[in-house]
Amino acid sequence: MIISKASTMRHRELIIAVVLFMGLVVFGQSLEVSPVTHMLVLLPGLAISGALLGIGLRVDRIQIDEANANGVILIAVGFIFFWMLPRYIDASLVTVTFGILKYLSIPIFVGVLMALGWGRANPYLRGFLKANALSMLGVLSFLYTHAPVRICNSYLVSAQENLGVAFLWTAIFLALVWSYPLFFPKASRSVLRQ
Amino acid sequence: MRHSLTAFWNYLSPSLGAVVVGVGLLWISTDGGTALTDESARRVRIEQQTPLLPAFVLEDMRGDTVVIGADGGHTQSPTVVEFIYTSCPTICQSAGAPYARLRDRLDTDGLGGNVRLLSVSFDPNSDDAPALQNYARLHKADGDIWNVARIDSNDFAAVKSAFGLRIIADEWGGYQHNVAMLIIDPVGRLVKAFDNEDVEGVYDYLESKHYAPS
Repeated sequence: MIISKASTMRHRELIIAVVLFMGLVVFGQSLEVSPVTHMLVLLPGLAISGALLGIGLRVDRIQIDEANANGVILIAVGFIFFWMLPRYIDASLVTVTFGILKYLSIPIFVGVLMALGWGRANPYLRGFLKANALSMLGVLSFLYTHAPVRICNSYLVSAQENLGVAFLWTAIFLALVWSYPLFFPKASRSVLRQ
Repeated sequence: MRHSLTAFWNYLSPSLGAVVVGVGLLWISTDGGTALTDESARRVRIEQQTPLLPAFVLEDMRGDTVVIGADGGHTQSPTVVEFIYTSCPTICQSAGAPYARLRDRLDTDGLGGNVRLLSVSFDPNSDDAPALQNYARLHKADGDIWNVARIDSNDFAAVKSAFGLRIIADEWGGYQHNVAMLIIDPVGRLVKAFDNEDVEGVYDYLESKHYAPS
């Protein structure tokens, strides 16, 4: 492994990662009361804490080429799909095993792997995944606001509708953020990416 | 040409590997793509495990005793059970209509003598006999084929776990809960769960098990 000396780590990111993770553990149950904060604060927060952990531990120093970086982020996408299954959202609220699995697998298999692979993956793959994230949020938004059936046994129908609306706003927000660099000439784009 | 093919393969293989692993993981964790929700997982579980239910003593709308589950080795009529609470403004009321259709179908085809339909309240503290009678009257359940009953309040946790019920409080002092038509076979095993609208599915299943008089 490349990670050897403590001095090579990024301490600021590590500290934020640990503080964020601990905060999510402490406030997790309050966030899980509503599916909106569960899906849009807790789960992304866990992924971000894992990504910061990866950055802090300097996963960028691990040598991988573009082909492997593509594979790495696709594994992360597999875990994102898993934690979007209503079945396991329910399971994480009811069983201790899946509860713990959620808090461990998302930081590691989504956060750290994204930190490892995202920057070095094929730009077209990244664009493809972003476009799919937007359309997926749109489809789920429609489903949750119009589905006649409850999808999660742990949440009320009204909460499911709230989540559908929140997904739509998230899709709009991400579309704006991700299209932001389009409004700038090429020369300034590398600055934006920092 | 050979060289570029190799390069192509080398570039693609990590992604393909990741996709295969990812799809495999999702395939296994959704029972082959069939169970994405907790409720569909419950139905798959029931069908695969067909758990033997403990005997639950219910009290029906007339105050009589009704037993479901493994009743000391006695065989019973195959039973279709649906869990309700009578003050439910939404799904329990609309669930009454398919149940009435099922009853009519069983009645005309002569299956009604062999199969019993039960609407069972999981809320015995609010649902006393008059409340059950009220629900029965509203949906024309005469107690003959289709009976309305309530669980013993001491059995609440046991019933929830045996049937895989998930009940949460709603904003108006009621509940939201998972709904299905559950089939209990003559020895008291929970063998199948159907969507609460799927009258045809339930009927075909009962018929295929030769519960109908030949």
